[in-house]
Amino acid sequence: MSIFTVSPSPHVHSGQSVPRLMYGVVIALLPALAVSVFYFGIGMIIITAVSVISCVLFEFLFQKYLLKNPSTHLDGSAALTGLLLAFCLPANLPWWMVAIGALVSIGIAKMTFGGLGNNIFNPALVGRVFLFISFPAAMTSYPKPGQWWEYMDATTGATPLGIMSESLANNMPVSEIMAGMPSNLDLFLGKMLGSAGEVAAFALLLGLVYLLWKKIISWHIPVSILLTVIIFTGALSLGNPEKYPSPLFHLLTGGLLLGAIFMATDYVTSPMTVKGMIIYGIGIGVITILIRTFGAYPEGVQFAILLMNGFTPLINKYVKPKRFGEVKHG
Amino acid sequence: MLKTFTLGGVHPEENKFSSHKKIEVLPVPPVVTIPLSQHIGAPAKVLVNKGDRVKIGQVIAESGGFVSANIHSSVSGTVLKVEAFPDSTGYRRMSVQIQSEGDEWVDGVDLSTDLKKDFDFSSEEIIQKIIASGLVGLGGATFPSHVKLSIPQGKKAEYLIVNAVECEPYLTADHSLMLEKGEEIMVGTRIMMKALKVEKAIFGIENNKPDAIELMSRLAEREKGITVVALKVKYPQGGEKQLVQALINREVPSGALPIDVGVVAFNVGSIYAAYQAVQKNKPLIERVVTVTGKSVKNPSNFLTRIGTPVQALIDAVGGLPEDTGKVVNGGPMMGKAISSLDVPVVKGSSGILVIPDTEANRHETENCIRCSKCVSACPMGLEPYLLMSLAEREYFGRMETEKVMDCMECGSCSYTCPSSRPLLDYIRLGKGNVTQIIRARKN
Amino acid sequence: MSNVVLFTIITLSTIGAASAIILYFVAQKFKVFEDPRIDMVEQALPLANCGGCGYAGCRNFAEAVVKSDSFDGLYCPVGGNETMKTLAALLGREAVEQEATVAVVRCSGSPQHRPRTNHYDGAKSCTIAHSLYIGESGCPHGCLGYGECVDACDFDAIYMNPETGLPEVIDDKCTACGACVKACPRNIIELRKKNPKDRKIFVSCINEEKGAVARKNCAVACIGCGKCVKVCPYDAITMEKNLAYIDPVKCRLCRKCVVECPTNAILEIGFPPRKEKPIVTEDSEGSGLNLS
Repeated sequence: MSIFTVSPSPHVHSGQSVPRLMYGVVIALLPALAVSVFYFGIGMIIITAVSVISCVLFEFLFQKYLLKNPSTHLDGSAALTGLLLAFCLPANLPWWMVAIGALVSIGIAKMTFGGLGNNIFNPALVGRVFLFISFPAAMTSYPKPGQWWEYMDATTGATPLGIMSESLANNMPVSEIMAGMPSNLDLFLGKMLGSAGEVAAFALLLGLVYLLWKKIISWHIPVSILLTVIIFTGALSLGNPEKYPSPLFHLLTGGLLLGAIFMATDYVTSPMTVKGMIIYGIGIGVITILIRTFGAYPEGVQFAILLMNGFTPLINKYVKPKRFGEVKHG
Repeated sequence: MLKTFTLGGVHPEENKFSSHKKIEVLPVPPVVTIPLSQHIGAPAKVLVNKGDRVKIGQVIAESGGFVSANIHSSVSGTVLKVEAFPDSTGYRRMSVQIQSEGDEWVDGVDLSTDLKKDFDFSSEEIIQKIIASGLVGLGGATFPSHVKLSIPQGKKAEYLIVNAVECEPYLTADHSLMLEKGEEIMVGTRIMMKALKVEKAIFGIENNKPDAIELMSRLAEREKGITVVALKVKYPQGGEKQLVQALINREVPSGALPIDVGVVAFNVGSIYAAYQAVQKNKPLIERVVTVTGKSVKNPSNFLTRIGTPVQALIDAVGGLPEDTGKVVNGGPMMGKAISSLDVPVVKGSSGILVIPDTEANRHETENCIRCSKCVSACPMGLEPYLLMSLAEREYFGRMETEKVMDCMECGSCSYTCPSSRPLLDYIRLGKGNVTQIIRARKN
Repeated sequence: MSNVVLFTIITLSTIGAASAIILYFVAQKFKVFEDPRIDMVEQALPLANCGGCGYAGCRNFAEAVVKSDSFDGLYCPVGGNETMKTLAALLGREAVEQEATVAVVRCSGSPQHRPRTNHYDGAKSCTIAHSLYIGESGCPHGCLGYGECVDACDFDAIYMNPETGLPEVIDDKCTACGACVKACPRNIIELRKKNPKDRKIFVSCINEEKGAVARKNCAVACIGCGKCVKVCPYDAITMEKNLAYIDPVKCRLCRKCVVECPTNAILEIGFPPRKEKPIVTEDSEGSGLNLS
């Protein structure tokens, strides 16, 4: 007679696994990747390839030679970090800077905390912020879309958010600034300057639909961020439409959609309960708009997400799910 | 919109291969092994000795306290041994082993299969008959039924809920019982309503059994106060608290019982056994067991005598498949894996599930990626990831404040975890320790 | 320019002075009197914080020692008699002595002796496996082999032998803190008197089942035959619930029972090899039967 296996219940499993979830997010990013390649050409391909390969390689090297852990470099999490890192860099960034960003993402933001599942801050964003502080010039010159073969020689310009921020500082009214902006349709299709992966609103929304359909993420974080932004900027814009741009402009420009859909929803660094997710989402929305409207930087999504990442352990500690059969008071 | 419970839940593959198989009567095995502890509570006290002659339905061990139940012989013959035999955990527990000879029943049992609709017993008489029959909850929890029927002072039952959800994948024992013994179940429901002195009874049936819903609704139309509700398919709807919430939208408070919100729930199998006990004087000596699995040749439902070795059931479906990796006593979500086929069928065995070796082993455990899937799957609103890490660090006091004792071990967390972490294993460990802490505090 | 410097110096000095005053009053207000002997006692302890004394750590033990008038129920197993003598001198009390003990694993059921009947695939924790079911063999008392005792040991004094799948104690490192004893859900590990040269004779089995059942599931189980009880010249062996137990205090290490045991359940450790009789070791399965 053969020997049976004995284990505690349950004896079936959903079949869900870390690689499936991670590669699921990668698939959701593919439409945006395709659009970005269409606009930024060879530059996009180079930085994406460098970023993904170096993230996976660094993860492998750290685990094999420093931590001596079982290797998880192929489980998709490093590849996803690499892809997200590339998405929030300008497409004309020198490849060695991208590699440094990947080293910071994996080495400092992820592995020093104990690897997958233990990091406090989103690794891709930490890498991005590190590059932003170390190489401010390179990180704020964005290539104009439509230059296929120019990688580092591409003509550059300012992003819509950058233009908006600077013009407002020069006391130009919003209506006048908007006249020089790409049309809303262009913004929606992604024909604008910006970080490599953040431009294509429609492709990112397609990714959101895929993530929700596959139940990889729940709607709470992206929806609460976007709703907060709409309400906050809507109120400002209603109060003084010549000083504050419309909610639609805020939604379609900068890294808001990329951040709300793919960065803020990172499992490891976001809260565990529905209530916690909504608090977290509102926090990100408010901080983003505060930075965009009143801060020194034109864009604030990365900082907002990183700040709320820091609050996540606190939220997890104090915000508990609704328990079944909780005694109702009164 | 179909009714269901609100918090959490998962939807495993249903795999109900045997749902349209007739209930077959399994031949009486040559030897049965009947454990003395087949229920929650005190073990029964043995009344027979080696060499005694016993008849079918004879009490071989009497209830060992209020929360306990009588045990009857399921065959007629000679007592071979009164000794410790392995139960489904492998630990050896006191059991009575009887060799079957002939087919002699105790007096007073009505062996005809005729439907006997009318009864004229008082509530107390019904409870007495149920105590005598050794009835326990046949859904798997094996809580002695008369305890639920004896409503404590100051509380009042309003509803009888009949649990015909059968939310465990693979199992079809309750389904087939409803299709074949619908009339009897209706009589049993009226008996239980009388015992509880309630006017209303509700059947909860999941929507993956449309034929049973149709049949039971038709039968219920003739009865006063009995309704049948179709429920959305979601595990663990068969949990008492979940079912009460799904059907009448009342939430049983943490640490309380359904009776605290005016409800008593019985499994549909128990209702049928109550009919047998009250109308036919037939004690609980057999039950319907589903024998199933992906590579089992002929998955079926069998009316099986208590004490039959699992091997006999496996033989009846065409033998153990070549690729067997695991055999589970019960359903895949809450059943117990057994290490030997000599284990006997007991009152709580609702199914025998054979799992092929490709699915028998767990996946490699990985780091928690904090995806919160366990939190959203937990039907009790707990945080399994947190409970597991607390249990690993032995912070049992904190586990208590995080409501670990509300866990009913449905397994939804471990089922859904993408890192295949043994969440429920550690939560059970914590529950055991918290139980000890609570007990120590009381003394 | 000088204004700025002056301003800075004055501000900082003021803040510093104010803080110092506040701190002084707070320290006065919340001053806790602590017996200075607690510190002395704590320093004399091994500071392993193992919990072997029954207190959460060395500090708690020191507090308990100072608070109490005698050493009743207070003993540091790690420091042993030496440490207790030092404490007695510090506090001017009568010293207490306890016999030195060492942890002993009472199970020899390697897979070779105790056939595996199934494969366990749950969380690798002895407590979890124990509460789930009988384990990978047919013995309900035997070692489960997931090493919870090894995890519990603060002194690296116990390790899993990969060949037998059983834990083994390194006597020199063992401090008899009892952490492994508490960790084992099956109560297999016992603290026994430490003999010269680390010699040991003990029944390496705790199975209380009937002989035939125990023997069926494990070739080196104690079957409760009672031969060792009869042969012992010092009345050191008792038989209870089909299980022999050798009283470590009464035992004079004569080794007569070891030869007598038909299942090799009694182990002798640390002795020189015997000359005239064949050596009975735990590996020579079944040969013990011929000796009886």
